[in-house]
Amino acid sequence: MTTKVTGAVLIVGGGIASIQAALDLANSGYYVYMIEKTPSIGGVMSQLDKTFPTNDCSMCIMSPKLVEVGRHLNIELVTLANIEDIRGEEGNFEVDVFQKARYVDMTKCIACGACAEKCPKKVDDEYNMNLVKRKAIYVPYPQAVPLKYAIDAKNCIKLTKGKCGNCEKNCPAGAINYEDTDKRFTLTVGSIIFSTGFKTYDPSGKLPYFYDNNPDVVTSIEFERLLSASGPNKGHLIRISDHVEPKKIAWLQCVGSRDTNTCKNSHCSSVCCMYAIKQAIIAKEHEPSLECTIFYMDMRTHGKGFENCYNEAREKYGIKFSRIRVHSVYPGSGEEKGQVIHYMDEDSGKPVEERFDIVVLSVGMEIPDEVKALSDKTGIDLTPNGFCKTDSFDPVSTTRKGIYVCGAFQGPKDIPQSVIEAGSAAMKAGAALTGSRNTLTKKIVTPVEIPVSGQRPRVGVFVCHCGINIGSVINVPAVRDYAKTLPFVEYVADNLYSCSQDTQDNITRLIKEQNLNRIIVAACTPRTHDPLFQETLMNAGVNKYLFEMVNIRNHGSWVHKDFPVESTEKAKDLVRMAVAKVVQAEPLQEAELSIDQNALVIGGGISGMAAAKALSSQGYHVTIAEREARLGGNANSLYKTAKGESIKDGLEKMVAEVKNDTRIDVCLNTEIDHVEGFVGSFDTTLKTTDKTETIRHGVAIIATGAAESKPTEYLYGRDKRVITGLELDKRMREGDAGLKTLKTAVFIQCVGSREPARPYCSRICCTHSVASALHLKEINPDMKIFILYRDIRTYGEKENLYQEARGKGVIFIRYDVNNKPKVTSSEDSLFVEVDDHILKRPIKISADLLNLASAIVPYRDERLAQFFKVPMNDDGFFVEAHVKLAPSDFATDGVFMCGLSHYPKPIDESIAQAQAAASSATRLLSQKTINTSGTIAVSNIAYCTSCGVCVSICPYNAPSFIVEGRNAGKAEINPVLCKGCGACVASCRSGALHLKGFEESQIMAMIDAA
Amino acid sequence: MSFQPKIVTFLCNWCSYGAADLAGVSRFQYPPNMRIIRLPCSGRVTPKMILHAFRKGADGVWVSGCHPGDCHYLEGNYYARRKFALLKSLFEYQGIEPGRLHFSWISSAEGVKFAEIANQVIDEVTRLGPLEHFLKTLPN
Repeated sequence: MTTKVTGAVLIVGGGIASIQAALDLANSGYYVYMIEKTPSIGGVMSQLDKTFPTNDCSMCIMSPKLVEVGRHLNIELVTLANIEDIRGEEGNFEVDVFQKARYVDMTKCIACGACAEKCPKKVDDEYNMNLVKRKAIYVPYPQAVPLKYAIDAKNCIKLTKGKCGNCEKNCPAGAINYEDTDKRFTLTVGSIIFSTGFKTYDPSGKLPYFYDNNPDVVTSIEFERLLSASGPNKGHLIRISDHVEPKKIAWLQCVGSRDTNTCKNSHCSSVCCMYAIKQAIIAKEHEPSLECTIFYMDMRTHGKGFENCYNEAREKYGIKFSRIRVHSVYPGSGEEKGQVIHYMDEDSGKPVEERFDIVVLSVGMEIPDEVKALSDKTGIDLTPNGFCKTDSFDPVSTTRKGIYVCGAFQGPKDIPQSVIEAGSAAMKAGAALTGSRNTLTKKIVTPVEIPVSGQRPRVGVFVCHCGINIGSVINVPAVRDYAKTLPFVEYVADNLYSCSQDTQDNITRLIKEQNLNRIIVAACTPRTHDPLFQETLMNAGVNKYLFEMVNIRNHGSWVHKDFPVESTEKAKDLVRMAVAKVVQAEPLQEAELSIDQNALVIGGGISGMAAAKALSSQGYHVTIAEREARLGGNANSLYKTAKGESIKDGLEKMVAEVKNDTRIDVCLNTEIDHVEGFVGSFDTTLKTTDKTETIRHGVAIIATGAAESKPTEYLYGRDKRVITGLELDKRMREGDAGLKTLKTAVFIQCVGSREPARPYCSRICCTHSVASALHLKEINPDMKIFILYRDIRTYGEKENLYQEARGKGVIFIRYDVNNKPKVTSSEDSLFVEVDDHILKRPIKISADLLNLASAIVPYRDERLAQFFKVPMNDDGFFVEAHVKLAPSDFATDGVFMCGLSHYPKPIDESIAQAQAAASSATRLLSQKTINTSGTIAVSNIAYCTSCGVCVSICPYNAPSFIVEGRNAGKAEINPVLCKGCGACVASCRSGALHLKGFEESQIMAMIDAA
Repeated sequence: MSFQPKIVTFLCNWCSYGAADLAGVSRFQYPPNMRIIRLPCSGRVTPKMILHAFRKGADGVWVSGCHPGDCHYLEGNYYARRKFALLKSLFEYQGIEPGRLHFSWISSAEGVKFAEIANQVIDEVTRLGPLEHFLKTLPN
């Protein structure tokens, strides 16, 4: 490309995918505009109470990201805005933006809320799904970013009738501006990302559900608000019509999904099964005696950790799962209130009439009409279901060059998959603009640190309510008041949410106003929230090590809910201990570490190659280490993707690109022999049959993949007609003529998956078998095909394949895991016996091919895990840094993962994750240097007796004897190598070693105060 | 009210502290007797800290680190165990009930185990009653 490109990216949307993409891009040298149609970012995730499968509090994990976006120097939020047109092409787009008037000056608004308090006009609150009212001047939710009020012009009395003006009169900051006008302007950017998200299906007007005018039939997103502590009823679960606590709740799955009857949504929305399970579990936790029933067609728990969650829901929580598509809901009549559901009980075959207090409609995902219209106008092709059309080998590129897509607009998906695609889209958007990296970004200027040494400690203590998470058990004001009595404590306060943007601003302001030089936040866990508060300290000019967090939520209110008095006392003790520690804290300095600009990718399959290509496109040199003699991994045996693309062609193209790429070195027949070093400078020894070589690299991506397991049942290995999915693919790929002569083929699903010995679902086999069945039908339309399954999990738009297969006469028979099909054989035929789920009697199929959809199993490479110090779960898959928000990162700095070694997934998802891992790696590489921790050991040479214990026990070789000079023979610590574990400090017999941040005196002071 | 022991608890940041966090996320309940001190590694704990805790009125001490082989710092937990084994026999020699001092391995994925052991430790120390060995003067 010869023309100059613009080093800025525009992101349409403000949900979690947009947030992730914005952070990835802004942290790797590009200026980002986020266009959001509402007054604040956050999207649907901000409305959720909890996230599956770990039931983490959604707002708690999202809040730090919101804050980071809000305070990022290189992210510009354009709220209340939408795109009107896109002109130009890749590298230089002109985007016409229309921004509605806010009527509040964002630079002046301090979000005190005085305006909303005095506003006389009450309107439906969209954030709470219209279950409660908000005012005409409002912020959507308390943690919103930007935390600035906005006037809803349609409902404002002043703006519609010229009267009132209460908000202006009451605003202490003079921020109200009734003269504000709508604006049109044009932004110039190099790439564009569409992450516009979804809307939930609206069941209004659909008779079978009796949703209209019936407050006790709610959609799942409404129910989410009802469960939430920040929701309409403060998390106290009630039946809305009469505020009685419910005893029975039903979930109806597939409302507005897999339905071409009441609506036109043939796709599966992918997430509803899991969120229904999550909601049922949380509802049970609210009230253990509650009876929860989920009415479903197929339980689709195909993600990492999902099947376990499903099993727990049944076995531990006693949630009832009823396989039935409920035809209608009637409001109950007579004395007992509630909703009546008629259904056919599958086991007994008898009709049942059951009454529920609340019916939750698990509504599916749809693409809003305005997004479809915008796509149409800007030249982005859509699928028949209205999602963005993409290629499996290029999963985030739209049909218009330079415009990328991620999140639910690309296809229905959950949060981790959206976050993965966000990384992938950010990688693609950035790669096109590398020529202009860092041209439009602003540098972060951290204020000069205020010197504190020699000053008397002045401690500020902030105690958090965490909504009601802490406040409902611990007496927060009492803890706050107690803190005030402690020595050196100069300022105390309590916050509803300490992690929100306004609290951060408040802390910064108070540090200056009150001359605070030590800060304590008593809230949740430092493992997640330390960095956020430390950044706040830095912004206020205070060294970030003059901070201490007290965990009164995870170690307090959440685990002692029956001991409010004692846990308040405990919280006071913990605050006292923290004060004792923090007053002795000293400002620490961090060593700067340079990041080697080379990358190592372990594994040369589709994922590994995609990651390498992505890094190369960002301008970095990559080495691929592959254990086999050729690139491609499993893809060498695969036939077609679910979208029908030839995998052979795609793979050949990819291999050629990798081989011709001068920035990529490929090492075949290579094993990892040894790894030394850490983020920024790993030294990895690669071993081939004839040589060993050590390479230096700053980051590593693990893409070691997984394999199809070899079945041990159903005559596999004993009868040649019994083959696995991969073996069938190979035969189709080679154009095996024998397939044409087959009369009957049978597929058995879940072979080795979803069983006690291997509890997870292998995710791809249902789609794969259905697609294979269709290929066989194409080869020979008269072939009889049976698929024996437990739940068909053709999630997302893959559901259309399932429909097509049924349309073409493929017969699906469900079997029970406790009553598996039986396979016998004779010379001429195989016989598969299975109990038909409709006839309720055994049938015997004579077949000439039996295809086993066998499990995907990881390699369990313990040695590799040790080398990079990365964890594996019980199933042998690598464990990501965060299930939801860091699905391609490891907790270990500088190491990332993608593909099947993370969890089974199809090619498009593997490539997306590979690009996401590359995006994370780029974020690090593009910084060129990073700071190491200040928490390291130091040696006081005067006390050292040269005993050598520290030198011998440190696994990182950080301590060494000084070789020359008058201190020769004494031990010193290399600050770059030191990890700060303190093993040497605890073992030093002369007291010469100290661990910064965890000094002996500090720990002793904590013990004194305990 | 019945005797409520105070138990000073040293947890490594990476495994056991994470487990305690997870126990919270999962709402596994245990009584509020612990006073948790977060350290980078169980290897940072010295016998002096444990003795100091008892001397300052703790009725029990619990140290927990990563599983063998899982230490974030590779082998800090082994050094911790070694020091600990010595200290434990010293305590026995001195006539202090072994049940006052606990050591465990809990990974950050084991929220259940954290709550279980927390309950066990609390039960055991409660049964042993207040620690009076280190008091200079016995109460009247």
